[in-house]
Amino acid sequence: MAWDWQVFCKNTTDDSISPNCWAGGADVTYLEWMIHAWGWTLSVAACAWVIAVVVGSLVGTVRTLPNSPWLVRLANAWVELFRNIPILVQLFIWYFVLPKMFPAMQAIPGFLLVVFALGFFTSARIAEQVRAGVQALPKGQRYAGMAVGFTTAQTYRYVILPMAFRIILPPLTSESMNLLKNSSVAFAVSIAELTMFAMQAQEETSRGIEVYLAVTALYALSAFAVNRVFAFIEKKVQIPGFIVAGGTGGH
Amino acid sequence: MKKQLLALAIATLATAGAFAQANDTIAKVKASGVVNMGVRDSSGALSYTLGDGKYAGFHYEVCQRIIANLEKAVGKKVEVKFTPVTSQNRIPLVQNGTVDIECGSTTNNATRQKDVAFALTTYVEEVRIAVKANSGITSISQLKGKNVATTTGTTSVQLLRKHERANGVDFKEVFGKDHSESFLLLESGRADAFVMDGQILAGNIATAKVPADFRIVGEVLSVEPIAIMIRKDDPAFKKLADDTIRDMIKSGDMAKTYDKWFVQPIPPKNTRVGLPLSDATKAAWATPNDKPVEDYMKK
Repeated sequence: MAWDWQVFCKNTTDDSISPNCWAGGADVTYLEWMIHAWGWTLSVAACAWVIAVVVGSLVGTVRTLPNSPWLVRLANAWVELFRNIPILVQLFIWYFVLPKMFPAMQAIPGFLLVVFALGFFTSARIAEQVRAGVQALPKGQRYAGMAVGFTTAQTYRYVILPMAFRIILPPLTSESMNLLKNSSVAFAVSIAELTMFAMQAQEETSRGIEVYLAVTALYALSAFAVNRVFAFIEKKVQIPGFIVAGGTGGH
Repeated sequence: MKKQLLALAIATLATAGAFAQANDTIAKVKASGVVNMGVRDSSGALSYTLGDGKYAGFHYEVCQRIIANLEKAVGKKVEVKFTPVTSQNRIPLVQNGTVDIECGSTTNNATRQKDVAFALTTYVEEVRIAVKANSGITSISQLKGKNVATTTGTTSVQLLRKHERANGVDFKEVFGKDHSESFLLLESGRADAFVMDGQILAGNIATAKVPADFRIVGEVLSVEPIAIMIRKDDPAFKKLADDTIRDMIKSGDMAKTYDKWFVQPIPPKNTRVGLPLSDATKAAWATPNDKPVEDYMKK
């Protein structure tokens, strides 16, 4: 088959080829459109990531609290609720079902809905990881905190969580990369992100293979960038003697 | 090592190119006794599934006629295999020989004519606007600043964009991931209008909870010739398909078939699409042709 990469230089309104592949002004080329779409993908993923990490850390921590059975149950319920429903179904509930029940929700833009849907879905998974990280620590750590007179909050802040987060950095890396890729569901609620660009541009240009290859490369590049950022953080925050990189782990 | 990899990559690309088919469908069917028909799962009344691997629709029936004539040409009964295709894969599948004849809802345009061939236009699609009956909207000019729904991966998206640029109006576009979701956008009030092919709008309205709540209004935004797709550079098979279609038009069978799928109740739920024969389709039948959509725009 013959390649036709010039398709990215085409103007999206009249199919003329723009010099430098950049139309400028009100017109856009397919390349410009793809870059915008990439921006939407990264924005959705970044905003959802913030929600996922904040809520996930909170819920995950609550699940390990020693003397608050009701809080623990509530947090467990949160995790099971958001973990057991497919993300696309959750998104539809946010977009179509809830606004039907609460008409005020009609006014919320699709972008926010998808950020919350993805954020909460991922928060359930991060909560599980945080719990696993906390429970991986020997009981002695908690007792040490109590022995020096720390409150529960202080024990978590100064003793348990700093260790737990270092333990869960590798799975958190995978989860963040997953979140970036999961953001492709946003096309279902009318966000002009990469997957929507791919579906639309291949129909308009009939050059599906070139369009999908370019979009695949952008997804791979973005996910790999996330991976590198986390690898850097992992290296910066590691404590010699505790979880040695490439070692057998342990304390 | 690097050189070897490069050589391997080049070899792979070269073999991919070498899979070019001998473009003689009639000879191929004669040799294999099998014809592969590309069908759609839900392209309105043109081509859709009844479930259970069975298909139906206007284009499906026209293709059955073509295959009946193909059987005469090869002098034996052939086995028909169905391949469900999507708008993403239909052209590659016809090009690489997986599908011999695609009976769906493919728009005949100049870009596609570089890759595939089309039989005579059997149906001319008119892009229209569906709105809620009580909305008071009767024209595209009233949609300024309104939420307009359409479906991702269709030419209507491009059409709206061109209209915005040409007339300096601004729609707030919302995109459904498929037609039923776009209709849901209209039904749930997230969109004020749904711009799409007339027969898809009519079909969705027909199966809505309260069909009387919706109306198709306004001017025809664009016309697109829809045709049966076959491989390029296969004059014998194209002639066979074209002759079949010409005979159907002449004998009045085409009009009867149209009536059967677009006016009468159709399976599986016995609903009506309710879309009488349009002037554009009538014109296409009066002078059978395989002109691409670009020729329709010039008018």
